[in-house]
Amino acid sequence: MLLEVRDLHVEFRTRDGVAKAVNGVNYSVDEGETLAVLGESGSGKSVTAQAVMGILDTPPGKITGGEILFRGKDLLKFKEDERRKVRGAEMAMIFQDALSSLNPVLSVGDQLGEMFIVHRGMSRKDARTKAVELMDRVRIPGAAQRVRDYPHQFSGGMRQRIMIAMALALEPALIIADEPTTALDVTVQAQVMDLLAELQRELHMGLILITHDLGVVADVADKIAVMYAGRIVESAPVHDIYKAPAHPYTRGLLDSIPRLDQKGQELYAIKGLPPNLMHIPPGCAFNPRCPMAQDVCRTDEPELYEVDQHRGSACHFWRECLNG
Amino acid sequence: MPEQPFEPERAIAGTGMGGAMDLAASEAETLEQQSSAASGGRAPGGPEGTGPSGKPHSLWSDAWRDLRRNPVFIISALVILFLVVISLWPSLIASGNPLKCDLAKAQEGSQPGHPFGYDGQGCDVYTRTVYGTRTSVTVGVLATLGVAIFGSVLGGLAGFFGGVWDSILSRLTDIFFAIPVVLGGLVLLSVVTSNTVWPVIGFMVLLGWPQISRIARGSVITAKQNDYVQAARALGASNSRLLLRHITPNAVAPVIVVATIALGTYISLEATLSYLGVGLKPPTVSWGIDISAASQYIRNAPHMLLWPAGALASTVLAFIMLGDAVRDALDPKLR
Amino acid sequence: MAESILEVTGLVKHYPLTQGILFKKQVGAVKAVDGVDFTLNKGETLGIVGESGCGKSTVAKMLVNLERPTEGSIKFKGEDISRMSGRALKAARRNIQMVFQDPYTSLNPRMTVGDIIGEPYEIHPEVAPKGDRRKRVQDLLDVVGLNPEYINRYPHQFSGGQRQRIGIARGLALRPEVIVADEPVSALDVSVQAQVINLLDRLQDEFDLSYIFIAHDLSIVRHISDRVGVMYLGRIVEIGKDEEIYDHPTHPYTQALLSAVPVPDPDARDHRERIILAGDVPSPTNIPSGCRFRTRCWKAQERCSLEVPLLAVPAEFRLASGPAAHDSACHFAEEKQVVPQEETPEATPDDLDQGAE
Repeated sequence: MLLEVRDLHVEFRTRDGVAKAVNGVNYSVDEGETLAVLGESGSGKSVTAQAVMGILDTPPGKITGGEILFRGKDLLKFKEDERRKVRGAEMAMIFQDALSSLNPVLSVGDQLGEMFIVHRGMSRKDARTKAVELMDRVRIPGAAQRVRDYPHQFSGGMRQRIMIAMALALEPALIIADEPTTALDVTVQAQVMDLLAELQRELHMGLILITHDLGVVADVADKIAVMYAGRIVESAPVHDIYKAPAHPYTRGLLDSIPRLDQKGQELYAIKGLPPNLMHIPPGCAFNPRCPMAQDVCRTDEPELYEVDQHRGSACHFWRECLNG
Repeated sequence: MPEQPFEPERAIAGTGMGGAMDLAASEAETLEQQSSAASGGRAPGGPEGTGPSGKPHSLWSDAWRDLRRNPVFIISALVILFLVVISLWPSLIASGNPLKCDLAKAQEGSQPGHPFGYDGQGCDVYTRTVYGTRTSVTVGVLATLGVAIFGSVLGGLAGFFGGVWDSILSRLTDIFFAIPVVLGGLVLLSVVTSNTVWPVIGFMVLLGWPQISRIARGSVITAKQNDYVQAARALGASNSRLLLRHITPNAVAPVIVVATIALGTYISLEATLSYLGVGLKPPTVSWGIDISAASQYIRNAPHMLLWPAGALASTVLAFIMLGDAVRDALDPKLR
Repeated sequence: MAESILEVTGLVKHYPLTQGILFKKQVGAVKAVDGVDFTLNKGETLGIVGESGCGKSTVAKMLVNLERPTEGSIKFKGEDISRMSGRALKAARRNIQMVFQDPYTSLNPRMTVGDIIGEPYEIHPEVAPKGDRRKRVQDLLDVVGLNPEYINRYPHQFSGGQRQRIGIARGLALRPEVIVADEPVSALDVSVQAQVINLLDRLQDEFDLSYIFIAHDLSIVRHISDRVGVMYLGRIVEIGKDEEIYDHPTHPYTQALLSAVPVPDPDARDHRERIILAGDVPSPTNIPSGCRFRTRCWKAQERCSLEVPLLAVPAEFRLASGPAAHDSACHFAEEKQVVPQEETPEATPDDLDQGAE
């Protein structure tokens, strides 16, 4: 197994209290596989990814438990310089906003080349050649001329591709994409996701796609983990989850999104608001908003029940949910 | 085993008003739940609480609450309060007359009844230091007020209206910024014969307004870009309503912070100018004058210099600390 | 039949690009909106979709008089409101109001919710006498699904979805007939979007409103709109009823746009035809001659660079009165079904790709 996250816990200590951002998350990704981590703001999906990459802001954030096994070795036990070697060379991350993730005062060629200079010890000239190669690979037209340009001279979609190029430079085994297309127009989004899928196939990489967009997930994912209030509430292969969700939150999300192929009546709306991470409701975190909530939901936190060999649901009443 | 079958919200929501009430009820419930669960805070990814008392609280009251808890603010506020009180009523702690001097006692050190000793003219250093507070605080406060008002009005209007006025103001600001303050003071104030504080204050306002004007302009431009300003315009709000109701309350915070910190520098500027002989002149009692007079005696009678200089430094420090605390309290609210 | 309440003709907004320090010389223009025509009928929702830079937000701003058109007219019930000023303009503003995109910047953080919703009454005192105002504000809070007791709270004490409701309540205060919603749910979480969309739907019936709904999310626009217009680089390229646009698009840009929208159905993955557009959107300072979409269009021919296509029913469809017979600005308009149909378990790729009639 390429990456396995086990029982991860992350907290944020702020002036006003402790926010429990991640509360016992387990997921795994294999080579060539795409895992989509689905959740809204406050679900903990980005924080988990940052913890895996090792780029969490450590005050105020703090990893308070769990293991992150990369090729069987626990990254949390690595020293910082070992971790840095893994980061970039074996594991890379793509962010939502390319404009703020790219250094505005360095040319694109310099930033791409830096990866090779630092990790592979290449000369500047060789690194520059490699940079042009990379830009070609992510289909930036006129790469040889544009390699000296600065990030702001590219459009949003192209910047995202440059970020993908940077992530892929050293041919990592795992890519984590945190909302890579949320800020992009839909036609550009399609281009970028296509590119990502193609490169993943070519390099046989594992891909963790973090998003809130159920449409994008349906297009590219093999399996899905749905997060809510820092916990995984459902995990399943992609086809199963859309046909028959086993958790009321997943069901609620699927029912509430307007669909291009359906002109509907009133949309189903999940009542209430996402929880305050400093005061997560006891028992099942979703219980204040759940149409199926019973007394046991308010007192006992559900574990991830086994729905079948590949599916899990953290709902006491997953059977009833599954059957509709 | 649940009794009820799974029933989507849809069924209830479909009845129109019933749905709205449900929404209101569940949201009210969630807000109440959170307020009862102790301190409402700014959690990452969660809705705001309503505060421990469940009462509405504005950004200003939030800032005030933060200030009250900050020890830097408490200390500096107390010191400043003390300074203001003795500026208004110096006789509370100094019974003597700062202008009544006895040459026979010149340069003598600390004695009973005269804890700070005597200066070069035989004047009581303690009394002069206490009376000097009034001068410094008055000049500092008036200069800051003048700079703040003049600077924010100019800068704010330029930022709001933009265009030609903005270009003109920016060039003016650049020109005035380029004038070196102390040198300018030496040149301009040396021709002034009046003995009052007004020329000095006037000079400080003349050279100090660009700093505030630049801050105000930037702050107004930022505030103007917010959608709520556009919303008010779309409703038909006049420019004066936009400026007074929407822009000013949201643009004023950086100006307050800079002005509070600047207060300290104006006090020390007055002392500098007086030291150089172009600021205040006797019989006005000023720390700068005293420091200037005492500087030649620093080896023999250091107490003459130390006390006014110490008072000056402490006063400036108190205002700077206050400015720091205010900035910390207002900063996150600038968002 | 349907009474037209808003008529937009030849709307243009060019922002001049200038050079020079004190005396500015115009060297070009950003043609944000370059000739837009449409009508809005009473009680209907017209959706305007397009990607960033297409000019839809600028159109929205002109409709509520936050920007003056460079050319063209906006007629509300026959009267041109785009050229008004002074008292007439102020009175006209009561008829068209806007709901903004960002719930975090569209409410003044230093005003209470009651003040925010009540401000329209302060600006237009003739609408509500002073004694009435508090009650009206509380009624509005209730109507948008918020507890009227929150009237003294401040915006930062509410969540994004609730703030958006407050913004909607403010928009309703003057009882406008038209509401322009500029991406009203884009900044909200998925689970909250549905709440706000349902609210807007309900309010439309209750208050007899007509909406202009601007968004980039095609699924949401379809859900709420009766008619839809697609914008590209400052012009409308196709406009028609929602089934016409979504199920029978004739303009290549619309087709590409629809094919790019991800559908939450993993089985559709294999059945959909994907049209991936080449290249980037041209800069609005340098608009291509003839048809502005030709630089990215797979059908482009010489005629496309010479002749600007009109937004009208294409010649091919004029005789037959099927759903493809709606306005489309393409010389070579061709119907193509891109959106997978509901419940087609046996659909094969052939079924979904229909040629021109």
